[in-house]
Amino acid sequence: MKRLMSGNATLGEAAVLSGCTHYFGYPITPQNELTEYMAKRMPETGGVFIQSESEIAAINMVLGAAAAGARAMTSSSGPGISLKQEGISYLAADELPAVIVNMVRGGPGMGNISASQSDYFQATRGGGHGDYRTLVLAPGSVQELTEVMPLAFDLADKYRNPVVVLGDGMLGQMMEPVDFSGLKRPPDYEKDYILTGAKDRPPRKIHSLIFDTKLQEDHNWKLHRKFQLIEQNEVRHETYLADDAEMIVVAYGIGARIAKGAIKRLRQEGLKVGLLRPVTLWPFPVEMLQGMAKTVNDFFVFEMSAGQMIEDVKLALGGRGRVHFYGRPGGVIPMPVELSRIIARHYYQAQARGRKKQR
Amino acid sequence: MKTIHSRTRLLKEAHFHYCPGCGHGIINRLLMEVIEEMDLQESAICVAPAGCGMLLYNYFEIDVIESAHGRGAAVATGIKRVLPQNLVFSYQGDGDLAAIGTAEGFHAANRGENITVIFVNNGVYGMTGGQMAPTTLLDQVTTTTPTGRNSDLAGHPVRICEVFATLDGACYLERVAVNKPAAVVKAKRAITKAFQRQLDGRGFSLVEILSPCPVNWKMTPHDACAWIDEVVSKRFPLGVAKDVEDGSCS
Ligand SMILES: Cc1ncc(C[n+]2csc(CCOP(=O)(O)OP(=O)(O)O)c2C)c(N)n1
Repeated sequence: MKRLMSGNATLGEAAVLSGCTHYFGYPITPQNELTEYMAKRMPETGGVFIQSESEIAAINMVLGAAAAGARAMTSSSGPGISLKQEGISYLAADELPAVIVNMVRGGPGMGNISASQSDYFQATRGGGHGDYRTLVLAPGSVQELTEVMPLAFDLADKYRNPVVVLGDGMLGQMMEPVDFSGLKRPPDYEKDYILTGAKDRPPRKIHSLIFDTKLQEDHNWKLHRKFQLIEQNEVRHETYLADDAEMIVVAYGIGARIAKGAIKRLRQEGLKVGLLRPVTLWPFPVEMLQGMAKTVNDFFVFEMSAGQMIEDVKLALGGRGRVHFYGRPGGVIPMPVELSRIIARHYYQAQARGRKKQR
Repeated sequence: MKTIHSRTRLLKEAHFHYCPGCGHGIINRLLMEVIEEMDLQESAICVAPAGCGMLLYNYFEIDVIESAHGRGAAVATGIKRVLPQNLVFSYQGDGDLAAIGTAEGFHAANRGENITVIFVNNGVYGMTGGQMAPTTLLDQVTTTTPTGRNSDLAGHPVRICEVFATLDGACYLERVAVNKPAAVVKAKRAITKAFQRQLDGRGFSLVEILSPCPVNWKMTPHDACAWIDEVVSKRFPLGVAKDVEDGSCS
């Protein structure tokens, strides 16, 4: 049965159905509906909800809960996510699982409360201090949250690493029909690292202070090998009308949704345009892009920012093909028709260049 | 011959890294003695700080997690909310609890989190080399108050017990010292009481311990201990700041 729900509420319900028992958060728009949903829902399911005194406290409560073996999460938006970076770095260093939701708003600074994609760098580059990575999942619709949330909790447990779900104000606040019947609760993992009291086993310790540089280096290489494994095994993406495309639009999250609308129009006009939507922003679908570059010369990056993911696209292409860009920072949400006009212009220019080359 | 006192088996056979005359070693021992006597080894979980107490897991035969600087009470909150039956305590210095982590400690107390904070007040930032702490006394010389702490520029020594006593969620707050045998006995009693309050589910408890830091105070260990009696405890009076005997205080 389908229910009409906001993205934020859907996320909360999907987290509960994924086995999340502990939620810690601090109010910030545009994700308040999630915090409020958890305030009501966690006690109903025997879980724990705390409205913390700050985002710093919330992420450290998540760290404590994860260290004690619980499936725990927090959520916020840009300014609060900045405060959580300290804790996220410790989670990665301590190899503790956690899910962190960022309903991105326009920035930098206080910014505004409109939808934006301006936190891509922060999410995909680790964000906090030190050599580490976070997995980053970018859902594109309210329904997709029912797939992404169990996946996020599963990956967090599987790799013992923080996972970021990168949404935006629009995804969080719009209402769409949702069906939870396909949601599968991720399995429980054997946790031989958690602190529960030293009963029938030697005492355990969780720490990231490693004075000995050799041991710290060993630890960092161990984390690095884990990140390489994640890069090999966990890339996820979606393509749309890409098979015969002469130009590939690369966009994620709500940006990809807008791009789909634009591509639909362009196809009606006979333009061979397709879409690559990275679902995991880290690890980034590098091989997919490289494969596409064998037949496609023009890649059009669309982001609701001044251009952040474009760096990953260029890195993946390594000089192959031509990379076009259209960005709208500051919380502006372009209409598909606007985007389709820009794509069309680049498409025709690329064709003209192609003809010139042939001559 | 009868053994009347021996080293607690919950302290590992490791050498403390603390400086000569430092109070941390005594406090570490007291904690393990109390946990052994209360038979809580299989239940206790310690949250270690950023500070001189950072390496507690090298000494304690119990589960230990290190927290980011000042976040001990938040980490302890997360653990306790998953494992309400376990004894959960954070170990924090005065920079950790009274400066960078004031919000986390204050709000854990205000929520009446059923945890215990062991608060080591040595009047300076020991770990980083003796800078001013919020608890540094007026006119006290530290590396960042080279001419002595001036209240016009650097404020006044913070009294955590008295501040937290205003919070309804705090059930037991006591200030003790470890500068002489009689004080150490009292400190141990206070730790025992705080842990018992937690086991009874009464809410937030905190034991503030005035602790000598001779190296950073530039004193001999003997003078540092005397200074706690003669000077420090005038600003930080010893005794129970709050004790809600009956019922839950949260
Ligand atoms: C975010 C952050 N800032 C600064 C530090 C550096 N640092 C480590 S311990 C410490 C102060 C320790 O002083 P205190 O809490 O009084 O404990 P003590 O060492 O005296 O026992 C500082 C500033 C840090 N580890 N993390």
